[in-house]
Amino acid sequence: MQPFVTMTGLVAPVDRVNVDTDAIIPKQFLKRIERSGFGQFLFFEWRWDEKGNVIPDFSLNQPRYQGASVLISRANFGCGSSREHAPWAILDYGFRCVIAPSFADIFYNNCFKNSILPIKLSEEQVEQLFQRTAAREGYELTIDLQRKVITDGSGLSIPFELDEHRRQFLLQGLDDIGLTLKHEDAISAFESRRTAAGI
Amino acid sequence: MSKQTMFEKIWNNHVIMAEEGKPSILYIDLHLVHEVTSPQAFEGLRLSGRKVRRPDLTFATMDHNVPTKDRFNISDPISKQQVDTLTDNCQEFGVKLYDLSSADQGVVHVMGPELGLTHPGKTIVCGDSHTSTHGAFGALAFGIGTSEVEHVLATQCLQQAKPKTMEVRFTGKRRPGITAKDLILGLISKYGTDFATGYVIEYTGEAIRTLSMEERMTVCNMSIEGGARAGLIAPDETTFNYLRGRDYAPQGADFDLTAARWSALRTDEGASYDTVMEFDVDTLVPQVTWGTSPGMGTDITKAVPVPEQLPTENERKAAAKALEYMGLVPGTPMTEIPIDYVFIGSCTNGRIEDLRAAAAVAKGHKISSNVTAIVVPGSGRVKIQAEKEGLDRIFTEAGFEWRDAGCSMCLAMNPDVLQPGQRCASTSNRNFEGRQGRGGRTHLVSPEMAAAAAIAGRFVDVRHWEFKSEVTA
Repeated sequence: MQPFVTMTGLVAPVDRVNVDTDAIIPKQFLKRIERSGFGQFLFFEWRWDEKGNVIPDFSLNQPRYQGASVLISRANFGCGSSREHAPWAILDYGFRCVIAPSFADIFYNNCFKNSILPIKLSEEQVEQLFQRTAAREGYELTIDLQRKVITDGSGLSIPFELDEHRRQFLLQGLDDIGLTLKHEDAISAFESRRTAAGI
Repeated sequence: MSKQTMFEKIWNNHVIMAEEGKPSILYIDLHLVHEVTSPQAFEGLRLSGRKVRRPDLTFATMDHNVPTKDRFNISDPISKQQVDTLTDNCQEFGVKLYDLSSADQGVVHVMGPELGLTHPGKTIVCGDSHTSTHGAFGALAFGIGTSEVEHVLATQCLQQAKPKTMEVRFTGKRRPGITAKDLILGLISKYGTDFATGYVIEYTGEAIRTLSMEERMTVCNMSIEGGARAGLIAPDETTFNYLRGRDYAPQGADFDLTAARWSALRTDEGASYDTVMEFDVDTLVPQVTWGTSPGMGTDITKAVPVPEQLPTENERKAAAKALEYMGLVPGTPMTEIPIDYVFIGSCTNGRIEDLRAAAAVAKGHKISSNVTAIVVPGSGRVKIQAEKEGLDRIFTEAGFEWRDAGCSMCLAMNPDVLQPGQRCASTSNRNFEGRQGRGGRTHLVSPEMAAAAAIAGRFVDVRHWEFKSEVTA
C-alpha cells in the first residue's frame, strides 16, 4: 500500500451531516468486480440529475474545487453500508484525506486499508475549516501525519489525534494480512486447542 | 475472577494475540460471503498467491443482485458477471455456495441462522453491515469491508481494536401492536444514528427476553443504524429451541452439552458496561420514519416535524433537506401521507414470522388501487414454509405480488427499484436518499404497518386495525 506521510491539497466541502455510503457511491455502481475506476461515480446522484445534467450547486461541480484532495464534511460521515467501494471512490476521485467531527466505524476502518487518512476534529474546528474554505478560493491544507498537525499557510495550525498503530500503518504503507500471517504459529496453535476442546 | 460482560467473554475466547498499543488478533469462527463485497477480495488472494485458510468455516450465497421474478434470467450483464464471479471464486477456492438453484439460498442474514450456522459465542463476520443480525443469538457478529474480507479469507483472523460496551436496557412491557421493529426504530429515533459508534450493544430487559428469535434478529439487525457494529442478546431457551435440530447445530446429546456452555456466556451479575442507556417500552407506539436517515422517525400518532422547531442548526438543516427530498409538508399528520409502493422483506423483516404478521393484517382485505405491493421472502426456506401455511395465497388474494427470495427493494441492486418520486412503506432498514431507487422516498415501518398501509393507501395505526380473522385462506 502507498504510504501516507504528508500532503498539501485543495479543500472541498460537502456540507451535510450523516453522509452515507449510498450517497458516496450509489448501489448501481457496486456491481463492478474491480477495485479501480469508482471515482467517476463518487456522489453520483448529487453531481448529476436524473437526466444526466450537471447539478451546478453541488460543491464538487464548482470550478473552484476541481482537483481537490482534502474533503471536509459533517458528523457521522460514512454511515450505512460496509461497502469499501465508498473509500475506493473517494481515493480514485483524488481525495487522500477526509476531515469530519465523527465517522462511522466501518467506513473509518476501511479508509486505513486504502491509504486514506480520516481525521476527527471538533465541531468548532470543522466549522472553522468550512468558513475558511468558503472565504478563500484555492484554499489549501497541509496534512502532516508525521507531526499530526493540519496547517493552512496563513496561521492556522490544528493538531489532531490518531491511534499510534493506525498512524504507523499509514506512514509505512503496511500490508496487514502479511502482519497477521507472521503469527501463523499462534493461529494454528489456537485452532488445535479449540479442536481438542471440541469447539 | 472478575465479572465480565457477554461481549468480554466472547472477545477473550477469540483473542490470539494482544499486544499493548496494537489491535488484537481475533479469531473468526464463521465467515459469510456474498457476491457484492467479495470479488475484489478473492482477486487479492489470487494476486498474492494465497488460499482460503478455512473453507470449512466459509459459506457463500448470492442475494443482492438476484431478481425476485424469473431469477435465473439476470438481464443486467454487470449483475450477472458479479453473480458468475462468485460462482467461479467459490469453485476455485473450495467455498460452499448456496446458489440460485439451491432451495436454501437467501438473504445472507436470513439464511445463516436458518441453516443453524449462527451459534451463541461465535465470532461471525461478513462484508455486510447488517451482519449485526446474528448477535440475536449471542454471537459477536459485525460487518467488515472488502480488505477485511480478504484478510479473513487468508488468515481466518482480523486485527481489531477492542470496542467499548453499552447496555441498552428496555424497560416496561410491549403493548399489543408494538413490534420488534418499533423497538429498534424508536430507540434510534430517540438517540440518533451515531449514539453507539465505537460500541458493541447488549440489549437487555424483559421486553427483549420475551421476543422470539425472529424478533431479536430484527432488533440486532438495525444496531448498525445506531452506529454500533454489533448488537448482542444473551442466549436462552428461545435461542436453543430455535437452533435445536438445524443442519449445522450440534446434534443429539451433544446439543444439550453445548447449550449448557452457551448459557454461561451471559453477562455476569455485577459486571459493568462502559455506558448504559434506557428505553421505555410501556409508552411506545408504532413508528414511521419521515426523513432520509433511520433516526428521522416518529410515532404514527404524530406529524411530520417542523424543521424550525428542532433544537440545533445541523438538525434544522438536515431536516429541511430531508423533507425537500421526501416531498413532505411540515406538520402533516403521519396518517395522512399517501403511499405508492409497499415492500415487505429484507434481512430486517423477511422471515417467516414477519410474513405471518403481515399476512394476518392483509387477510380478507384488498390493497389500495393506487398501491403496488410486493412480498419477498428472505430465503428459499421461508418461501416454502410460507406457501405451506397458505400465506402466499392470502397475499396474492389481497393484491400483493409474491416473489422469490433476495435482497430485492431493500437496496435496489436488482430489478426491484422505485421510480423517482414514488413513496414506499418499507420493512427494510435504510431510508437514505436513493436507497430504493433514485428519487425514491422510503418510510421504514414494521411488516404489520406496511401491510396495513398497502390496504389503506396511506399510513395507519395498526393498533386499530380491523382483523378479518374469520376469512380462511
